[in-house]
Amino acid sequence: MAEVKKSSGKAVYIVDGARTPYIRARGVPGPFHAADLAVSAGRSLLARQNFAASDFSEVILGSTMPSPDEANIGRVVALRLGCGEQVPAWTVMRNCASGMQSIDSAARNILAGRSELVLAGGVDAMSHAPLLFSTAMATWLGNFYAARSLPAKLQAISKFRPPLLKPVIALLQGLTDPVVGLNMGQTAEEIAYHFGIDRLAMDTFAVQSHLRLAAAQAEGRLNEIEVMYDHKGKFYDHDDGVRQDSSVEKLAKLKPVFDRQFGMVTAGNSSQITDGAAWLILASEKAVKKHKLPVLGRLIDSEWAALRPEEMGLGPVHAMTPLMKRQKLKIDDVDFWEINEAFAAQVLGCIEAWKDAKYCREQLHLRSAFGELDQAKLNVDGGAIALGHPVGSSGARIVLHMCHVLEQNQAKRGLASICIGGGQGGAMLIERE
Amino acid sequence: MAEKQMKYKNWLLETDASGVLWCHLDVAGKSTNILSTEVLEEFQSIVETAENSAPVGLVIMSRKDNGFIAGANIDEFIPLQESGGALEHIQHVHALFDRLEALSCPTLALINGFCLGGGLELALACRYRVALDDPKTRIGLPEVMLGIHPGFGGLMRLLRLIGPIQAIPLMLTGRSLDARKAKKLGIVDKVVAHRQLRRSAEIMLEQRPSLKKAGVLQNISNLPLVRPLLAKYMRSQLEKKARQDHYPAPFAILDVWEKHGGDDRAVLKAEAESVAEMFETDTSKSLVRLFKLQDRLKSKNPELEFKAEHVHVIGAGVMGGDIAAWCALQGMTVTLQDREPKFIAPAIKRAHTLFKRKLKQTRLVTAAMDRLIPDHKALGVEKADVIIEAIVENADTKIALFKDLESRAKKDAILATNTSSIPLDEISTQLNNPGRLAGIHFFNPVAKMQLVEVVYSAKTDKQWIDKATAFCQQISRLPVSVLSSPGFLVNRILTPYLLEAVALWEEGVSAEQIDKVAKNFGMPMGPVELADTVGLDICLSVSQNMADTLNIKIPEQLQQMVNKGNLGKKSSRGFYEYEKGKLKKNKNYVKSSLPDIEDRMVMRILNECVACLHEGLVEDSDLLDAGMVFGTGFAPFRGGPLHYAKARGVENIRATLKDLEDKYGERFRAHEGWQQVK
Repeated sequence: MAEVKKSSGKAVYIVDGARTPYIRARGVPGPFHAADLAVSAGRSLLARQNFAASDFSEVILGSTMPSPDEANIGRVVALRLGCGEQVPAWTVMRNCASGMQSIDSAARNILAGRSELVLAGGVDAMSHAPLLFSTAMATWLGNFYAARSLPAKLQAISKFRPPLLKPVIALLQGLTDPVVGLNMGQTAEEIAYHFGIDRLAMDTFAVQSHLRLAAAQAEGRLNEIEVMYDHKGKFYDHDDGVRQDSSVEKLAKLKPVFDRQFGMVTAGNSSQITDGAAWLILASEKAVKKHKLPVLGRLIDSEWAALRPEEMGLGPVHAMTPLMKRQKLKIDDVDFWEINEAFAAQVLGCIEAWKDAKYCREQLHLRSAFGELDQAKLNVDGGAIALGHPVGSSGARIVLHMCHVLEQNQAKRGLASICIGGGQGGAMLIERE
Repeated sequence: MAEKQMKYKNWLLETDASGVLWCHLDVAGKSTNILSTEVLEEFQSIVETAENSAPVGLVIMSRKDNGFIAGANIDEFIPLQESGGALEHIQHVHALFDRLEALSCPTLALINGFCLGGGLELALACRYRVALDDPKTRIGLPEVMLGIHPGFGGLMRLLRLIGPIQAIPLMLTGRSLDARKAKKLGIVDKVVAHRQLRRSAEIMLEQRPSLKKAGVLQNISNLPLVRPLLAKYMRSQLEKKARQDHYPAPFAILDVWEKHGGDDRAVLKAEAESVAEMFETDTSKSLVRLFKLQDRLKSKNPELEFKAEHVHVIGAGVMGGDIAAWCALQGMTVTLQDREPKFIAPAIKRAHTLFKRKLKQTRLVTAAMDRLIPDHKALGVEKADVIIEAIVENADTKIALFKDLESRAKKDAILATNTSSIPLDEISTQLNNPGRLAGIHFFNPVAKMQLVEVVYSAKTDKQWIDKATAFCQQISRLPVSVLSSPGFLVNRILTPYLLEAVALWEEGVSAEQIDKVAKNFGMPMGPVELADTVGLDICLSVSQNMADTLNIKIPEQLQQMVNKGNLGKKSSRGFYEYEKGKLKKNKNYVKSSLPDIEDRMVMRILNECVACLHEGLVEDSDLLDAGMVFGTGFAPFRGGPLHYAKARGVENIRATLKDLEDKYGERFRAHEGWQQVK
């Protein structure tokens, strides 16, 4: 995105936002479908607005794996939220950055003058990822249904073999790069190998994520969360993946799950599989004035970048570097950072990459090392390792949370970035006046 | 085909290019189609035309969006009940429907919305029925609810169409079906979308599909040897639900079928005679009266334009939570507030159960759940059109709450309390405009009890009473305006009745016997079981609340039981014992020979009713009767307590009261208001 020039009179404001608690998947489909998650957070957010749901110019929702009955989930949710029949709604998919893509798409339409007020967010109910029939089974079923006569039917039945029933687990497929044949955990192992990041560093980073989230919860700093209620009399008011008692010793006991024999990436130092949704309300200057909206932050700039799929976890530095160059920002000019924690190895890899003169020269087109990012300013309230990574939602969550961090700290500038399976990165620069 | 056609007041006829005669019913001057004598007379002329001109087919449909035909004209019942002549009228309609059925061309009823009672009976006399696939389509024979049974040939035709095993339960309960269920039972032939209504009729009449033959089961169930057995079984099931001396009509349905089942002409003849007889029963007269009263409570104030879209309910306990769920079910956006999510979560669960039961289709349940928004941050206050408070019964808390609400709510939003014990004027003390506060008092369970007391005080502005009334009508409840005084209307009248039951129990009459006597009188539930169900703590607090002003003596035992924590059903022990929420009744209770059990309970109700009427708590005795029937289920076949009193005779009542006063003391002293009861 071209820089949003203040002088041009065009600006994109973030006026409010909300998300569901992130609910850890427990091996069975969770209590909420993706649309339920998005509706739940969305209606709480809308309840406190002084404009009507039908005032939105459009609704944009990022999602990577909506259910078969949630085709164009953005539209399903917009209607369920009471936006009315005449508010257009669409769904974006940029894998792990779908939620950030929705914000970017909203911002672009606001800048182009096509939209004034947009509800943008991301959602995924990872626990509802379907089990699919294999292509072989689908072929068998097709032949069986096509067989009209009894002998033809019998012939079709005779070709059935029990192994045909073995399901394809959509979640695992989705987390595997079909081009380079690595699953996401293995890309993190690649990065660890490249920069010499060891198991202890990963586990230490993971513990820090949990403890920071636990502190944020204890200190009530996550007021972006809206309580969610199921049909069975239960309610959900916090990210339940957190482990207050996490320690390096405990994490050391876990076995690697991707490179099972010799790897270092474990379930403990990876993001959790989780269900959740996050929303932001974006507005033009005109809409802010018209509806007298509060301003949480201003979206200054965004950037998308692509890199080798094998090192997709370094996507954030590839996206942030050109953005910062364009904005003439040095590392120290940024008050707070959010880099989505797909894997501890990958976030640490990003830090190492900027410190590495060779990598900066060869891959980021810099003359020398970019510098060292202060971990005290990074993911200050924990990240996806502790609270989970509902793929389509995380990009929106880190932008929303960045706004809250800036507000709570009375800080000016924050940069949120996310790595994207398939070898991309996205970044967004937020400022508070 | 150009054809000279008669002009009708209520029917519009149209012959299409293929020669099908389309009869559109649009009853003049009414919002809903009903089969009045005039409509039927005109239809007779239409049938005559069809007999002579032999159209290719004949279609009956409605020109009103809300439905096909809602039934016979109830207003015409009343003169028939008073002066007789029902049989003649019915036989006349039978002859007409027979002629419709005998037309040489195929006939078809196109059903949208209501198709009830006489409307369905007319449709059943057609060869085909096609129904609109819409939640508003309701098909059924609810005549028993008026103390009669289907009488325009519907009894015979439904039996013939779907067999006794399916047809009889439908007629006995009077329940109505949606289009899909009606199709499943074989009452309608096709269920179609609106876009296909006309086209499906054209195709049906062109293709003339053959009619389904009676199934084996149907033939067997009509066999002379099987019928009495089946009838006996059905009768025994029916007796569990209703008594023949209270509600004779459903029993008459069984009698007609048992005697004549399988012989259509004989069933028709017996049906006409039987329904004419039912017409003249006191039960039917009472139920028709209640139906008219219900209409009165439903009638809208034409000068008031009030339509709520958003309701905010404060307090997610049993009452608040259920009120919120009911409003969401009725299509409103509802925010449900309580202090913390944990207090709201159980209400959301109950709402989901209600929605599933009422709406069935997943997408409708989802939509209702989406409309019900848990709101522990009280965000709904500023946006709501109606705010209902249902928090703990503490005056100070309510006073503070309404003070805050008044400053935050929209200027035109209703501010209402669901209190059942705190006077309105006390709650409104801190308001800038005390005249704005109204009571909207629901009964438990909200989804079942139709009555809502709209409570006002001398200070309440009329506009807020009117708006509260309109709101209750909007959510399909029956509002009765009641002046704020301890217990309002329903609890005020129930309390002496319940306390008398406790007194009887203290005197040694078993709970089972007390309840039996009350049910024999016609109560839906005995007073002892009712007290247990409501909760003895609540009964006690309601009684205490009224004790000072109304001079009621609270039985000591009640206080003791509450002290011991025996609170009724909810603590598994009250007057009865409960196992997993199920009442354990002792069938072999010792029968007390104590006299006057029924009169002691009933007279306390009647005397209190007269007191309420005398104090002007309600506008008139009809509203009082409606309140007691729709709020407590007071023996509907008796038409309400005051209707019953008048039927029994005021002199008789006063004498009974005098007798009881001599025996049991001044609580039975006839209220001075009896002098005005005529």
